[in-house]
Amino acid sequence: MTGRASGITGGSRAAFWAVLAAPALWMVLFFVVPLAVIWGYSFGHTQGLTQVVVTGTLANYARVFDPVYLMIFGKSLVYAALTTAICLIIGFPYALVITFAGPRAKIALLLAIMLPFWTNLLVRTYALMAVMRTEGWINDGFAMVGLGPFEMLHTNFAVIVGLVYVHLPFIVLPLFSTLDRLDRSLIEASLDLGAGHLRTMFQVVIPVVWPGIVSAVLLCFIPALGSYLTPDLLGGPDSQMIASVIERQFKRANDWPFGAALSFMLMYLTLAAMAWRALAERRSTARAAA
Amino acid sequence: MAAGRKHREVAPLDYAGRWSLRAWVAGVVVFLYLPLASLVLFSFNDSRRTIRWEGFTTDWYGRLAHDDALISAFANSLTIAAVSTLVSVVLGAMAAIALWRYRFIGKGVFDGMVTLPIVVPEICMGVAMLVFFGTIMPWPRDLVWPFDLGAIIIAHITFSFPFVTVVVRARLASFNREMEEAARDLGASELRAFFDVLLPHVRPALVSGALLAFTLSLDDFVITFFTAGPNTVTFPVKIYSMVRFSVTPEVNAASTVLMAITVLLTLIGMKLQGKDIANTEPR
Amino acid sequence: MLIQCENVTKRFGSFTAVDDVSLEIAAGEFFSLLGPSGCGKTTLLRMLAGLETPSSGRIVIDGVDMAGVPPNRRPVNMVFQSYAVFPHMTVADNVAYGLKIDRVPAPEREARVAEALALVKLADFARRRPDQLSGGQRQRVALARALVKRPKVLLLDEPLSALDAKLRDAMRGELAAIQREVGVTFVMVTHDQDEALALASRCALMINGTLQQVASPGDLYEFPANRFVADFIGTINLFEGTLAGSLFTSPALDTPIRLEPGATGTIAGPVWVGIRPEKIAMTQAKQPGTVDSLQANGAHGTIVTSAYLGAVTLYDVQAGNGTMFKVSSANAERSASQALPAGTPVWLHWSPSAPMVLPG
Repeated sequence: MTGRASGITGGSRAAFWAVLAAPALWMVLFFVVPLAVIWGYSFGHTQGLTQVVVTGTLANYARVFDPVYLMIFGKSLVYAALTTAICLIIGFPYALVITFAGPRAKIALLLAIMLPFWTNLLVRTYALMAVMRTEGWINDGFAMVGLGPFEMLHTNFAVIVGLVYVHLPFIVLPLFSTLDRLDRSLIEASLDLGAGHLRTMFQVVIPVVWPGIVSAVLLCFIPALGSYLTPDLLGGPDSQMIASVIERQFKRANDWPFGAALSFMLMYLTLAAMAWRALAERRSTARAAA
Repeated sequence: MAAGRKHREVAPLDYAGRWSLRAWVAGVVVFLYLPLASLVLFSFNDSRRTIRWEGFTTDWYGRLAHDDALISAFANSLTIAAVSTLVSVVLGAMAAIALWRYRFIGKGVFDGMVTLPIVVPEICMGVAMLVFFGTIMPWPRDLVWPFDLGAIIIAHITFSFPFVTVVVRARLASFNREMEEAARDLGASELRAFFDVLLPHVRPALVSGALLAFTLSLDDFVITFFTAGPNTVTFPVKIYSMVRFSVTPEVNAASTVLMAITVLLTLIGMKLQGKDIANTEPR
Repeated sequence: MLIQCENVTKRFGSFTAVDDVSLEIAAGEFFSLLGPSGCGKTTLLRMLAGLETPSSGRIVIDGVDMAGVPPNRRPVNMVFQSYAVFPHMTVADNVAYGLKIDRVPAPEREARVAEALALVKLADFARRRPDQLSGGQRQRVALARALVKRPKVLLLDEPLSALDAKLRDAMRGELAAIQREVGVTFVMVTHDQDEALALASRCALMINGTLQQVASPGDLYEFPANRFVADFIGTINLFEGTLAGSLFTSPALDTPIRLEPGATGTIAGPVWVGIRPEKIAMTQAKQPGTVDSLQANGAHGTIVTSAYLGAVTLYDVQAGNGTMFKVSSANAERSASQALPAGTPVWLHWSPSAPMVLPG
């Protein structure tokens, strides 16, 4: 039915503008313009207290490659990668169980992963703080067996635990939706042909759902990379990630141009990851169509 | 099947029935819920030091009720969430219909523009809003309530309405265009067909989109943190300043309140979506 | 004429869906638009409904030029392929919808809804919701909903295609009965030639956006306008060759085909000749009395495959020169072995009135 999209006669053009104008205008004014301003600032320098002069300088970007900041970028990438890897290891079996659970258990397990997902990030981080601090009950537990107390809060370890805690749903939900679409007869065929369960998992299931895994990994990695609250509350002075540095440029150091450059480096990383995900998905649909 | 082989309780594909995987799932659930459960539990603990259980009390909640700063932060949060939800649903539905229905020059750009706020790191959006409301469009700080919340509301709408668009668009994909054509054929004008046929179809998406927008707005810390002034503190921002100060039962109580609201909203949303739960896509 | 299409053309970008179609439909007709999928028949129907606008040409319904008249102001109503029954309204509300828009007073509205539901035998289902109905029942709702507005023309887009075979046969009969009862002009789009031939008083055959022929079902089958029509409707053996007087010769045939004198009209030169499989007689022995059967209107060959279909058996017969013939033979008598086995040598022959001459 070739003509469906061309719409219905009579007033359609007016209806089109009626639905497009407001959201488009809003987005341009309150999203594109603010980002464009930041982008412009990243090529400028501070003059006086708050004045920023856009001169087209690349000095801010050059500063990003200063070893101090490179280290922080590197550390952020490592933290995000480590978080994603741990989430994947913890989350994959969980997603597998949801996929093959009965209808009632499926809903319960999905709910179990979604409720924390919807719970306030700040609340979740705070809950971890309360548990992990020196006077928290984990250390109480250690004390009972004569160990500790261990200094867990405000360490890199706490940051990783916190990032995993916060981002686990980000990987489980997309993993589940991928596994759910998997043709079960593939597993049955593999078992029928004599493969064991582990072998089936690694040689059939994982290769088949690979594009979905890549997508899930990136959906976890992207927000983990830009985390602000978790390292801020759980980390120590040496566990800063990019977002904390950006925040400092804007709030305390008052170096907007450099902060803008850092923001855009983070944006570029995010967009690159998104592009990679889109590419992986396109490739997988192309393969499915072939 | 070879005769004499040991009978297994678990069917081959019943991964949910294997004890090893069950133990794993139990571990994950404990990991996810133990900190939250202890947070809720200790909000009822009759002790300031909060290490050990000293008896049940609701004193901390009583104290919250008398904390004027916290109450006004809470009122701010609810106001912001209500207004931004209302606007987000309207804008989000409009954008979804525009993208679903029409082919136009620049559609790809518009699509990207509407999808981008979902993926842009919160910190980037936060600082962009900080600069925007600091230099390009300074929001007067001394306006009378609730107009002083304008900047925060605008920021919240900007990041919530794309989520509404995603939800509504997904629902529109299942709309049979012939329904609308049938209404037109039976004598309905374009506007009437919209209200009689299209709107009833997307209503569930509008409701779940609204709940989503409300939750997102109520929960947001990072972006609000950068847009809020000293007199426009929201509930999460207030909790944050309390958390920075120390771990106290009051914070536990305040967190529990916030958690209860979002959990309640989520459950209502899921109830309304009914059987779609199993197909829920992650945000 | 109730409907007049004058040189109607519809283009979607560079694709021409309907190409310069002119036709007329009289009041009270059961008219069918027939053709393979993608031939433009649905687009033509949607232009009658006002859901598409012609790129050029004119559509006149009941003496009024429809240019610029939106779908809600046309004296036509449509039964959609998906039925498009509103899921959030009861059956009665669905049927009443159009009347409510027309502000028909409630008592009259209720009477007409009841009447329409009785017509489609759904009187007991008025309070049901569409999700409690079967596909066939939903279609009846769509039919009642369109007919209750008393349109000048009822448009039906593949009305039977979503039903299973048994229901389709039952509904086909009912559709014909309803049309006789209400007397409204029906214009039906279908890709199913059996449906078109069985229901329609006249059919229009469209291929690739162009109108090939408008005729009664019998004429369409026995006197197709060209070889595309002949090929689309039913099965046919087609031969390309040259016509000289009433004698047709083709490289595919060892012997010429003799046609009835005068049947060829003024056509001469390169043409196509078609013979329907049921018009070829097949015998195992050379028939006495048709001594010249191998000089004209006949062939000798062996059976390659046979398909027993109950009432008839279809054979593929390969002639000595390699040409394949499709032959159908009626199973008039009960017999244990209904089909001749592959490899059986057979004689084929046909009367001079059987072949049809088709312009290339």
